[in-house]
Amino acid sequence: MKESLTEREIRLIVNGREVRARVPVRKSLVDWLREDQGLTGSHVGCEHGVCGACSVVLDGAVVRGCLTLAVQADGARVETIEGATEAGRLARLQEAFYQRAALQCGFCTPGMLLVAAELLERNPRPSRDEIRDALSGNLCRCTGYHAIVDAVEAAAAGTR
Amino acid sequence: MQPRASFQAVGRPLPRAGTRRLLAGRGKYVDDIALPRMLHAAFLRSPYAHARIARVDLTRARAAPGVLAVYEWNDLKGTVEPWQSRSAAFPGLASPPQSPLAAGRCAWQGEPVVMALAETRAAAEDALELAEIDWEELPAAVGLERALAPRAPAVHPGLAHNVAWSKETLGGDPDGMFAAAALVVETEVRFARLTGVTLEPRGLVADWDPAGQLLTVHYSHQMPHQMQAHLAEFFGLAADRVRVIVPDVGGGFGVKMHVYPDEIAAIAAAVRLARPVKFIADRLESLASDIHAREHAVRARMALDGEGQILGFDVDHRHGAGAYSVYPRGSPVESSAALHLVGAPYRFAHFRGRLTVALQNKAMTGQYRSVGHPIAVLVTERLVELAARARGEDSLALRRRNFTPPGDAPYVNGAGQRLFDVSHEACLQALERLADLPRVRETLQAARAAGRALGFGVACYVEMTATGAEAYGRAGVPVSAADSVSLSVELSGAVRCAASVTEIGQGVTQAVAQAVADGVGVPVERVIVHTGDTAQVPHGGGAWASRGAAIGAEAAWLGARRLRENILAAAARLLGADEESLELRDGKIVGQRGEARLELSELAHIAAFKGYEFPEGFQPQLSVMHHYRRPKDLFLPANGVQAALVEVDLDTGLVRPLRHWAVCDCGRVINPLLVEEQLRGGIVQGIGEALYEELRYGEDGHLETGTLAEYLVPMAAEMPDIAVAHVQTPYAGTSLGAKGAGEAGAAAAPAAILNAVNDALAPHGAALESLPVSPAAVLAALRK
Amino acid sequence: MKAPAFRYARPESLDEAVSLLAQYGSEARVLAGGQSLMPMLNLRLLAPSVLVDINRIPGLSEITAHPQGIQIGATARHAAVLYSEEVARAAPLLALALPHVAHLAVRNRGTHGGSCALADPSAELPACALALEASFVLRGPGGERRVAAQEFFRGLYETALGADELLVRVDYPRAQAGRRYGFDEVARRRGDFAIAGLAAAARVEGGALRAARLAFFGVADRPVLVTGASREEVRERMETIEVAGSSVYPPDYRRRLMRVLLERVLDAIGK
Repeated sequence: MKESLTEREIRLIVNGREVRARVPVRKSLVDWLREDQGLTGSHVGCEHGVCGACSVVLDGAVVRGCLTLAVQADGARVETIEGATEAGRLARLQEAFYQRAALQCGFCTPGMLLVAAELLERNPRPSRDEIRDALSGNLCRCTGYHAIVDAVEAAAAGTR
Repeated sequence: MQPRASFQAVGRPLPRAGTRRLLAGRGKYVDDIALPRMLHAAFLRSPYAHARIARVDLTRARAAPGVLAVYEWNDLKGTVEPWQSRSAAFPGLASPPQSPLAAGRCAWQGEPVVMALAETRAAAEDALELAEIDWEELPAAVGLERALAPRAPAVHPGLAHNVAWSKETLGGDPDGMFAAAALVVETEVRFARLTGVTLEPRGLVADWDPAGQLLTVHYSHQMPHQMQAHLAEFFGLAADRVRVIVPDVGGGFGVKMHVYPDEIAAIAAAVRLARPVKFIADRLESLASDIHAREHAVRARMALDGEGQILGFDVDHRHGAGAYSVYPRGSPVESSAALHLVGAPYRFAHFRGRLTVALQNKAMTGQYRSVGHPIAVLVTERLVELAARARGEDSLALRRRNFTPPGDAPYVNGAGQRLFDVSHEACLQALERLADLPRVRETLQAARAAGRALGFGVACYVEMTATGAEAYGRAGVPVSAADSVSLSVELSGAVRCAASVTEIGQGVTQAVAQAVADGVGVPVERVIVHTGDTAQVPHGGGAWASRGAAIGAEAAWLGARRLRENILAAAARLLGADEESLELRDGKIVGQRGEARLELSELAHIAAFKGYEFPEGFQPQLSVMHHYRRPKDLFLPANGVQAALVEVDLDTGLVRPLRHWAVCDCGRVINPLLVEEQLRGGIVQGIGEALYEELRYGEDGHLETGTLAEYLVPMAAEMPDIAVAHVQTPYAGTSLGAKGAGEAGAAAAPAAILNAVNDALAPHGAALESLPVSPAAVLAALRK
Repeated sequence: MKAPAFRYARPESLDEAVSLLAQYGSEARVLAGGQSLMPMLNLRLLAPSVLVDINRIPGLSEITAHPQGIQIGATARHAAVLYSEEVARAAPLLALALPHVAHLAVRNRGTHGGSCALADPSAELPACALALEASFVLRGPGGERRVAAQEFFRGLYETALGADELLVRVDYPRAQAGRRYGFDEVARRRGDFAIAGLAAAARVEGGALRAARLAFFGVADRPVLVTGASREEVRERMETIEVAGSSVYPPDYRRRLMRVLLERVLDAIGK
């Protein structure tokens, strides 16, 4: 049986690159990405799973970075807003958000983009209600959501 | 003063250039800053609404791993001075001095008591679990009524009563008028406590350099210069020894414009330890200790004559301030504004307003988006609906009959509000077109015939924007209402602008860029705007009171015109041309027939490297500094109207907003895209106020809605699409003619929603008067 | 708001997991999806000395259909269950209920077993398990045992699970021809825990309700089952339930919602 430890060695792929690190087991994935990997594009908004600002992609699915331990990402593929941007897979959404002014303070935006991208992968032509449903776990305090829904709709319309 | 040039960029719906970075995850918020040797602060906060601190033992906490220091108030005395809310606007205001950590007694749950500084936030929190404190709980005054009741427990020892401040305002002859009125309608409305819930919590990184004698604070804040002044005072420094840098800010809404004890304590720790200290409020701390707002109870009457003309109002207003009046503006600002804004869209001559602001053993209330306006608008528009119903007429007809007149001649109402350049009739007509009112009425009828409870509600509003210097200046509160810019031509021909306004997501940098582009004559993408650093931008007000476009962009425009003159003067000397024969267009100096004479970048190069090419004795001035304070009009009244269509589920009591419309007259619109998004965002905050948001305290002063699982904010699935239209009545006193637009959405949405809910409930004989509208309250009103 | 210190174990087999639980007893907490446990840790409402992360145990997340029903492994993610066509065929009630469970990102991580083992009285899945007569397979030091849904939920966050036991999977009997399923809940916002909700399974004959199993949730300390042979009967029996309330949602309001849900769900089933 392996011993329980308060620190642990992990090995994972972060934004396409292999990373090995020793992490305190109590550290959340989002804190580790921000503090230890310098990936500050994921934000900490509530730390109890309500706001979605900490969204990151874990093995292909968006998860709450505050509700996953860094140690749990051992062996996984993790993608953040930085990696998804670099990979170009958000370009259409980002352009639509920009043109439509679908962000103000920008704190929720990385999470919104990652969730919207997952929605469009599953449902390339969502209705406005489906977009609102998919985004319903991501708090935006600035826009009132209308522009975000518009932008996701516009990005979907531009997707073949 | 009218601008010479026609507008190119001003008025265009341009996306904000600065958002490209944010979209790529390259924003830099305060929590993204990590300095060498930085420590993390965490706070032990009072679990009681009111308690004496009998004994503190920090021995074990100080010995915890990774901990550098654990402080109570005694440890910080001498490093930082307490402060006290005082304002000549609120003479006699009762609010004791406040210290960064509780001084022997806590007066609200969440008040910081002990601060730990450690190598990680987790270690600091671990240490606080080892702090030993003996509390002696004291009686607490919590509810608004209870705090004001005779023999209520004193919020602070020695107080004879818990009234922080009270006033009575009289206009005309309210007694005589009410006695003779043909119709009097009455309402009693209550507004729950709310808070701003900026998605990025409050936070800072403070860094004291004893060798250089410089305190640098990276601060998520709306007003860097205001904080510079406060910190200088609290720490006994010259203001020039304090540098406040505001990075990207994840929302403000009024939350980030006050002095907070925990923030000052963290800065004090940085000074004591001479090491950088980071403090980021977590969400529990945000909900418990960010300024709260609202908590008003208003009884109001409105009188009309036999023709349906509004004669006047009688308002009795109570407001909960919390344990202290918030520093520096003062907690009575919100209720004072609310009281005097009652009836603002309408003509009336008579007014009585009584205001009582209560101290309570709760967190402080302060200035949250649309300060006071939602209360005044709701009180007024509820009364208007009641009067129309009593008279058996369309409430829009009643509104139209009573609107204050358009035009620039000021109309002063019975409550003393000075109104000019308002456009209520034009806005209402625009709303009728935007919403297609006949079709909305058909929808309502069809739905009701099918047994669905749909309702339509309207709310007209006036928003007092862009506060002038007389307000806080005469009150003796060091809050600047002026703005400044410094502008310079870059070698590339771009124009760099350092502005005293603060970018907090609202997009003011884009408005400033558009004003500068047109003012100088360069493409808007060739303007670079910096904000938020007291060492780099000139002094000014920052972000509050919907002032960025009206004051900040005006300062930028005026500075830009001066820079343009300097550029043309230099070009004329260089080219040996007559200054009047040259124009600056699209970044090029052109002649009278539009022929290109000189690129701005060329001029900048010559000025930088080959100044000798200018005539002898001439020094080109390719930079200017400009300061602007509006010389008259204390406020710029913006106005508009909103309408809401809602459906009430008569079985469950749930209210679903279906559609929302807004028409706004904020003067000349510098950027319609960004103004519309300000409105939409404000409207959804207003819908939150109407339907969801409530900070509930138990009788003992325990906050029951301490997480976002209990404090409900609006999310995407429940919010409606929102249509927006503009009416533009430019303010004649400035070149740009812009008024404020940042808070109008929040001002009228709660009233529009409540009126719509009551319209839906009216056929069922029910009505509601308190916010938020809870589903249980709906069913109770329906007697189900 | 950081989690307190704990140790972390990541067993790679069921046996290893069970022996860790036996070793640490109530000092340990099982970490499945973490969507409820992690907030409680971050809020420092819990301070377990060990987390036993069961996410790497082979086979534990499998969804297995067989002629008599479907077995959903403890660490099957809500999203996997929601998008599974096998589940939609074998246990259509789950497909109706899961869109109401939290939000996209939480469903991507939260687990079927975790939600059941937590036994939040406002959660959807325990009510579904009750309505569907699911059984829970628990593994302890002495081997496996099977507990019927009705015996599994014991109270507020309380289940039949012993401190040394692990929930391995939930077995649902296959939906029978002629049985219909309905689900609805009342919440202020999409994805919120319900103020009141109803998961229903019933047989409908010629438009009339027969053999109904109605599981109400959000109204008491655990999901509450009402059975009956007719709509009148379940209406009557529902009134005997003792309803819990709060200042915002008083018991009378919740009872009213139960009546509304009953009619709405049964109408939908009857259609």
